[in-house]
Amino acid sequence: MSNPPTENASSGENTNILKIRLHYMLSEIGEAVSLLAETIYQIFKRPLQLDLLLKQLLLIGFNSLSVVLVSGFFTGMVLGVQGYVQLKPYAVEGSVAQFVSVSVVKELGPMITAFVLSGRIGASITAELSTMKVTEQIDALKVMGTNPVKYLVVPRFLACSIMLPTLTIFSTFAGIFGGFVAVVSLFGFNGYFYVLEVQKHLFIGSVLISLIKATSFGMAIAAVGCYKGFSISTAGGAEGVGTATTGSAVISLITILVLDFILNHILFNILGLI
Amino acid sequence: MISVKDVRKKFGDNQVLNGLDLEIPRGETLIIMGRSGCGKSVLLKVIAGLIEVDTGEVWIDGTEITTLKKKPLNQIRRKIGMLFQSAALFDSMSVAENIAFMLDQHTDLSEQDMRKIVDEKLKLVDLDGVQDLRPAHLSGGMKKRVGLARALAFNPEIILYDEPTTGLDPVTCTEINELIRDLNQQLQVTSIVVTHDMHSAFSVGTLMVMLHEGKQIAYGTPEEIINEDHPILQQFILFGAPDQILNINNPTLKEFTGRSTNGA
Repeated sequence: MSNPPTENASSGENTNILKIRLHYMLSEIGEAVSLLAETIYQIFKRPLQLDLLLKQLLLIGFNSLSVVLVSGFFTGMVLGVQGYVQLKPYAVEGSVAQFVSVSVVKELGPMITAFVLSGRIGASITAELSTMKVTEQIDALKVMGTNPVKYLVVPRFLACSIMLPTLTIFSTFAGIFGGFVAVVSLFGFNGYFYVLEVQKHLFIGSVLISLIKATSFGMAIAAVGCYKGFSISTAGGAEGVGTATTGSAVISLITILVLDFILNHILFNILGLI
Repeated sequence: MISVKDVRKKFGDNQVLNGLDLEIPRGETLIIMGRSGCGKSVLLKVIAGLIEVDTGEVWIDGTEITTLKKKPLNQIRRKIGMLFQSAALFDSMSVAENIAFMLDQHTDLSEQDMRKIVDEKLKLVDLDGVQDLRPAHLSGGMKKRVGLARALAFNPEIILYDEPTTGLDPVTCTEINELIRDLNQQLQVTSIVVTHDMHSAFSVGTLMVMLHEGKQIAYGTPEEIINEDHPILQQFILFGAPDQILNINNPTLKEFTGRSTNGA
C-alpha cells in the first residue's frame, strides 16, 4: 500500500501533489471496492463457517444492545420534548406522537444505531484487524492456507449487515417509548392517545425503509472497518493501529451520512415511498 | 527442493531484492544472513508466497509459485510451516486452538484426534501443560515454541524461520537453536532460517547464504563460509560469530582484526 504524499513542497509542485493525492485517493477507493467484491464472492463460497458468524453476531448484537437501547430511548425523549414544545404554539401538540414515531422509524432509529455501532464496532474491527496485520497474524493465516477475507471479513460483514437492522428495531421501539415517557411524564400527554397515534402512522413501508437503511449502514460500517484494518502496513506499529482506528470511525460516520442522503433520495424522491 | 531465480522486488524506490538466485536442496538447513534491511525477511515471505515478486521465479518441488492462483498456492502452502519473528500466535485463541488451527481448517479430524496431535507437537518443542493458556500468558521463548509447534502441526516438508531467536535471552536462544537443530535432524525437513545471530547461524545451519544489497554474495557450507574471502562477509562474521569458529588464518579476517586492534 502506498503512503499519502507529504505536504512539504513548494507552490510550483502543488499541481503534482494534487495529482498524486487524487491518484492515492482513487487507488484507496479501488482497493476498498476490490475488498468488498472479494467479500461478496467469499460469502457464497463454502464452507459457511457458521460458528464464526454466530460469534460475531453475539459480539456485535448482544454487547451493543444496551447502548443502542439507551441511545434510542434518550433520542426519543429529546424528540418528544422538542416536538411538544415546538408544536404547542400552533395548537397541534397532539401530533407529537406522529412526529416522534415517523422521525424515529424513518431516520433516527437507523441513524443513531449506525452511529453507535460505527464508533463501537467499526472502530473495534479496525483495531483488531490492524493489530493482527502488524503482529503478522494475517500473514500466519495466509501461510496456513486460510483466506483472511473469508475467515475475518465475511463473518464481520454478515454480522453487521444482520445485526444493524435487528438493533435498529430495538432502538426504534426504545425511541418511541422514550418519546412516550417524555410527553406523558413532563407534559401530561394522554398515553393512550400517544399509542393510537403511533399505530396510525406506523406503516410497513416505513419499517421497510428503516431496515433497508440499517442494512446498508451495517454493510458500510463493516466494509470501512475491515478495509482500514487490512490497509495498514506491517511496519505501521502501534501508531498505525491508532491512526487506522481513528480514520475508520471518521470515514464510517461520513459514509453513513452520505449513504443516508443517497438512500433518502432514491427511496423517497425516485421510488416515491412514504 | 526450492529454487529462487533472478528475483527482483522493489518497495517504492528501495530495490530490496536485486536479481537474487538461490538453490536450497531437500533436507538442508539454509541460513540466510545479512545486515538489517538487506531483504532476508522479504525473501522468506517471497518463498512463502506472502509477497509478490516484481520479476523472477520461485520454484517449490517443481512448481513455479509466483504465477499461481490462490487455490493452488494454498495447496503448496500446506507443505510449508512458518515460525514468525513475533510468533504471530492468534491472541483470541488458546495455545491448543492455535496449534490445531490448520487441522481444524483443512481436515475433518475429530476434536480428540486434534488434541492428540496438539499434545504430540507440544512435546516435540518441549512444552506441556500450556494447552489451555492464552498467548498473552506465555513468555517470549514459550511463544516461539508454540509458534514452532503450530508450524509443525500439518507435518510440513519445509519450515521457514524468521529470526527465531530475536528478543530472547541467551539461555532461551541456545534452547531454541538446539530445538531447531534437533527437529531438522528428527523430521528431515528442508529449513530456511533468517537470522543475523551468528551463534544461531553456525549452530543450526548446514548451508549458509549471505545477502548484500539484494544479491547473494556468498553461499556454501559453514566451513566454506568461514573461509570465504569476502570483506563484507568476514566483517559480519567477525562481529557476530563465536570466537571458536573464526578462521584466524583468513587474510580478510586478519586485515579486519588488525584494523580493529590498531583502532583500539
